[in-house]
Amino acid sequence: MDYLTGFPTGGVAAAPSSYAGLTTTLAVLMLVIEFGMLQATLLRAQIRLYLAQSVVIAVLAVVVAAARGVPELYGLAAFSVLLKVLAVPLVMLRLLRRANPEIATSRALGVASMVLLAVGVGAFGFLASGRFGLASPVLPATPLAVAVAIVLVSFVLMIVRRDVVSQAIGFFALENGVSLASLVIAAGLPLILEVGFLFDLLVAVVVFAVLIRMHHEQAASLSTETLTQLRG
Amino acid sequence: MPAVALTALVLLPLLAVLLSLLPGRSSAPTASITAALACFAFALALVPAAARAPLTVGPLRADAVSVVFTLGTAFLYATSAGYAVGYLHGERQRVDFPRYSRLFWLGLNGFAWTMLCAPLMGNLALLWIAVEITTVISALLVALDGTRQAAEAAWKYVLIASAGLGLALLATIVAYYAGAAVLGPSYNLDYPALRAAGPALPHAAVRLAFVLAVIGFGTKVGLFPVHTWLPDAHSEAPTPISAMLSGSLLAVSFYAVLRYYQLAAAALGSAFPRGVLLVFGMLSLLLAALYLVEQPNLKRLLAYSSVEHMGILAIGVAFAAPVAFAGVLLHVLGHAAAKGNAFFGAGVLVRAYRSKDVAAIRGALARLPWTAPLLLISVLALAAMPPSGLFRSEFLIVAGGLSSARYAAAAAMVALVTLAFVGLSMATTRMLMLPRAGAPGAAGAPRGEPSAWMVAPMVAGVLVLLVLGLHPPAALSALIARGAAELGGAL
Repeated sequence: MDYLTGFPTGGVAAAPSSYAGLTTTLAVLMLVIEFGMLQATLLRAQIRLYLAQSVVIAVLAVVVAAARGVPELYGLAAFSVLLKVLAVPLVMLRLLRRANPEIATSRALGVASMVLLAVGVGAFGFLASGRFGLASPVLPATPLAVAVAIVLVSFVLMIVRRDVVSQAIGFFALENGVSLASLVIAAGLPLILEVGFLFDLLVAVVVFAVLIRMHHEQAASLSTETLTQLRG
Repeated sequence: MPAVALTALVLLPLLAVLLSLLPGRSSAPTASITAALACFAFALALVPAAARAPLTVGPLRADAVSVVFTLGTAFLYATSAGYAVGYLHGERQRVDFPRYSRLFWLGLNGFAWTMLCAPLMGNLALLWIAVEITTVISALLVALDGTRQAAEAAWKYVLIASAGLGLALLATIVAYYAGAAVLGPSYNLDYPALRAAGPALPHAAVRLAFVLAVIGFGTKVGLFPVHTWLPDAHSEAPTPISAMLSGSLLAVSFYAVLRYYQLAAAALGSAFPRGVLLVFGMLSLLLAALYLVEQPNLKRLLAYSSVEHMGILAIGVAFAAPVAFAGVLLHVLGHAAAKGNAFFGAGVLVRAYRSKDVAAIRGALARLPWTAPLLLISVLALAAMPPSGLFRSEFLIVAGGLSSARYAAAAAMVALVTLAFVGLSMATTRMLMLPRAGAPGAAGAPRGEPSAWMVAPMVAGVLVLLVLGLHPPAALSALIARGAAELGGAL
């Protein structure tokens, strides 16, 4: 467990700068993809962006595993690829094939105001996370701030988008943000628990798919505009 | 023997899930009821042992607090399984009945399994996993009726609850970070170890983990303002599932909040977590009390009553006096029995009058000779009339508030609970007592109960409420006293 020497205050200062630069770039890339998902009009494009984001986080896990000597993270990366790069996008794309006529989506806000809102919320998360002084032994602090921003932008995505597929993708992106946070501050988490978390994601994806299909059968649409019968 | 009971509690419902897959009309109900009754017996068998010392078997751990929640869940599992026999009998006209009934029993047992597992998990990661699986199984059960409203309720539920649990996962990870700073990286989130580390844990991280856990798990508890899925899901689910959602699922999620409360109180002292819980509890109680007055839909009425009771639980923990903790644990048991009963009774009314509309249900006392009085008793119990168990528990919570000098909060709680009582009892007396004149669908309907299976669980629930209120058994009192000491940080 030499990667934890100097815990909890060391680490960052001792990290080679190219490693810090590479990992931070990968984390920021995830945030950029998140903004892409927010704007993507075609549902198919949105799912592909989620796939790309999942690839980036798997690569980041491998980088951390190699540079910091945390072999569990190789296993985590492998499971992530199986689930988030293969299983989730496959299930979602299959659903879309059934709901063929609807490949585009609607939103509650215009693109500009939506992006402005997301930038504001994301910046808040980015700055607020510094207040808690969570120092990581394996990664610089910036990826954690980026992770919090991703989580918050995912909430914007779920709230602003008006169709069930985008809302589900928003939840999966939220989970990617949490995974990034866990890479930063919980790299040593036992693999068995990480696999448990991912297994839950698999169950959730199946249930989301069942409910999306049911919604499509009932409403003949993927839009959530019709979900207004229950109130009060 | 207690170790056997603990293991059996997490294995038996799983066995019932497998047996529900067998062909044959009566195998699934028989297996489910047998497993449920056995689970209740095993939960009772755990009481004396857990009142003495915590019990650990592999990753499972049962202390006094977890056994209280297990007891409530196992009781509702048994009564709901019995009630479901009568409920499904009335669904036979569905074209897809064989499929419906098979999925129903599968889901009921799976749902009970995850809810029995959650309070018996010895570490915070497994606790999160169990709570997340309760969400996905119950979302499918909410959607089971296949109507448009059920699809809408299930979608809102799964999306809001999953997003909340995403935050709870973040809380779990931050808790791991806090623990790793003291216990080294390879510990596995065992909460006794975390609590023992206490004040040495980094304070900012524990504070963050606690707030994230209250919002995250609080989404499933139904705390304001993240309660919005709750009335929809409770009103659209099949009635036995509504009872389990309201009586057990909310409590099990509250159990997760309690674990984070213990952690935060050990690390930071209790002032900060108490403040957070008091705000969420008061707002939930206020919102629920307002929605309870003139609520037109019977099942939504009971759902808002659940928000009210979860608010009371949060306030009870915020009072943080030993008496209040004892009241909270007793309240969990009393609420399971009373709310289960209320949903069971409401389900019979909905079936008899073919409407969930409070205004359409009139003169039930003359038409349903068993259900109507039992429902009346259960609703009065829910509103904390003596001698029900909920009167005793709310009395203890208010007494705890006064003893820890939270006078304003205790007074506000009494006022809001009274407002909720008015809303709940007005709707009930209208449905039961007002004559049926002019009410659509009521004229010429036959007098009599739809099924004895739907009445027997309510009788059991009323008996439990009376026992809890009049004279709790000594073993149970010892369990609750020990649980209160655990929550107070004395053990």
